Amino acid sequence: MRLAKHLRPLVFLAPPFTLIAVFVIYPILATFYYSFYDKNTGLLSLNNYKEVLLSSNPLNMIIARSFSHTPPWGALVHNLVWVALHVPIVTFLGLIIAYLLKYHVRGSTIIKAILFLGIVIPPAVGGLIIRFMFEADIGIVPILFSYVGVESLSKTWTLYPQTALLALILGSVWLWLGFSVTVFAAAMETIPRSHIEAAKVFGASTWQIFYRIVAPQLKPAITVVVVMTLLWDLKIFDIVYASTGGGPGGSTTVLALVMYNYFARALDYYKSAAVAVILTLVVIPFIVLIIRRERG
Amino acid sequence: MKKSFISRRAFKTLALNLVVWVFALAWMLPFIGLVAVSIQPYREVVVKGWVRVPDLSSLTLNNYIEALRNPLYDLATGYRNSVIVAFLSSLIPVVAAALTAYAFANLDFRLKALLFATILFIMMVPQQLTVVPLFLLYRNLGLYDTFQGIILLHSAWGIAWVTFFLRNYFRFIPRSLVEAARVDGASEITIFYKIILPLSIPALIASFIMQFTWVWNDLFYALVFLASRDKQVITQKVVMLKGEFHIDWGLLTAGSIISMSTPLILYVVFNKYFMRGVAAWGVKR
Repeated sequence: MRLAKHLRPLVFLAPPFTLIAVFVIYPILATFYYSFYDKNTGLLSLNNYKEVLLSSNPLNMIIARSFSHTPPWGALVHNLVWVALHVPIVTFLGLIIAYLLKYHVRGSTIIKAILFLGIVIPPAVGGLIIRFMFEADIGIVPILFSYVGVESLSKTWTLYPQTALLALILGSVWLWLGFSVTVFAAAMETIPRSHIEAAKVFGASTWQIFYRIVAPQLKPAITVVVVMTLLWDLKIFDIVYASTGGGPGGSTTVLALVMYNYFARALDYYKSAAVAVILTLVVIPFIVLIIRRERG
Repeated sequence: MKKSFISRRAFKTLALNLVVWVFALAWMLPFIGLVAVSIQPYREVVVKGWVRVPDLSSLTLNNYIEALRNPLYDLATGYRNSVIVAFLSSLIPVVAAALTAYAFANLDFRLKALLFATILFIMMVPQQLTVVPLFLLYRNLGLYDTFQGIILLHSAWGIAWVTFFLRNYFRFIPRSLVEAARVDGASEITIFYKIILPLSIPALIASFIMQFTWVWNDLFYALVFLASRDKQVITQKVVMLKGEFHIDWGLLTAGSIISMSTPLILYVVFNKYFMRGVAAWGVKR
């Protein structure tokens, strides 16, 4: 017997969406509910949010009440600093390298494969390697600075609040650059080589070709790199957990780590849910942006 | 006159090649250091550093053996657990998502746009948003600290992006093939099974490999849902190699290499699939 026409899609959709409903949709909705649940009164209120946002415990702090020159500034601020440094570096460096690899450098496939390694390895191991890179006497960065005689930067970066956050952000450039290079390189494939050749014939310089011909055609790719990198920075967890655990003195905490601290250290599930919702509210505008693009 | 112009241009190209290659090799340095430290006794690294040609006589695999076998660290168990969890957490969503992706690519149904937006949303929402209620639910159902629990979660989560990935692939299969089979009276299941799936083997492999890597690399879900020593996966175990106060970098570098070896091997073997999967983001569909 043939299934009725309108029931047919159900055969395909019912099993997967049952899994999704139970293990993704239900917990998402329940998290919102729990985030308002006041465990003292059993009523719904904004108390979890209030306490979470006002916490001044460096391990759980989301926004510091006063800002000094060195972290801790609070997890949300650290995330934003991360975005402010990481996104432009990864975007510009990625654009330049992808451009050079496409038109000027031999062996570009191998170089792209090397840069991409950072995306493939577990981010937790990435965090350990970042720690390794910035460790006094054995890390490549402090070795370099001690070689040129800069004493203040030849120590273990991740042990000092002044340098720990910066070390993680620079390390995350090392891990993530392969993403932007790969996306940009693929987008450049779609630019006809004849356009570049023609510009060369008319005497355009490398920089002019890049700025006038290549860059404008890459706008969609640039949007993707910026938004995906931003989302990656805002949701970052493994790297921080593995390298510093948020220390020293809370100077490298991020939102996802604060959520985990409430969950696993304080065993306060309701506040943990509140932090998860705050994290989600921060990323949602960018998720909507990407969804619009994919559906449009 | 003309000759010197050409040679200047050649010189510029050469210099540029050199700069980019030096940059790429510098990018490799942390990996080189990782290998160098892992194959020597840590005492020797402390004294002499690793930026040198290591003494052949002192090369050793002790760090690896210690990390894998010492019951304190026990990466061998973690490795086994990761294989089990990652394999099943990839098989289930690829099978399930193939069904969903077929429906999105070839069928019309109510709420299609909404369901597709849901899929996209799940792909990007933070993992943190699901764990608290699931943790409480799992504790009641006895799924906490079991492989079943985390496999179900990873599978449900994976269905979203694999659906998206496969649906984009299925759309490139000429619709006329599907239409012709329908005219011949084939049921949708037959079309899916006999026409679409055989044509999509590369995409199925690609999504399986990428989901496997994603699950293998996960730390957050594992931290929340797996606790006992004989259940923990390799990312949990390797992070614990880092002591609270003292770091034995010999042990830690060896552990890092062990735990990233599987994704690295998959990457080397299936290189094209990885790059294409990521590259697809940059090219307009």
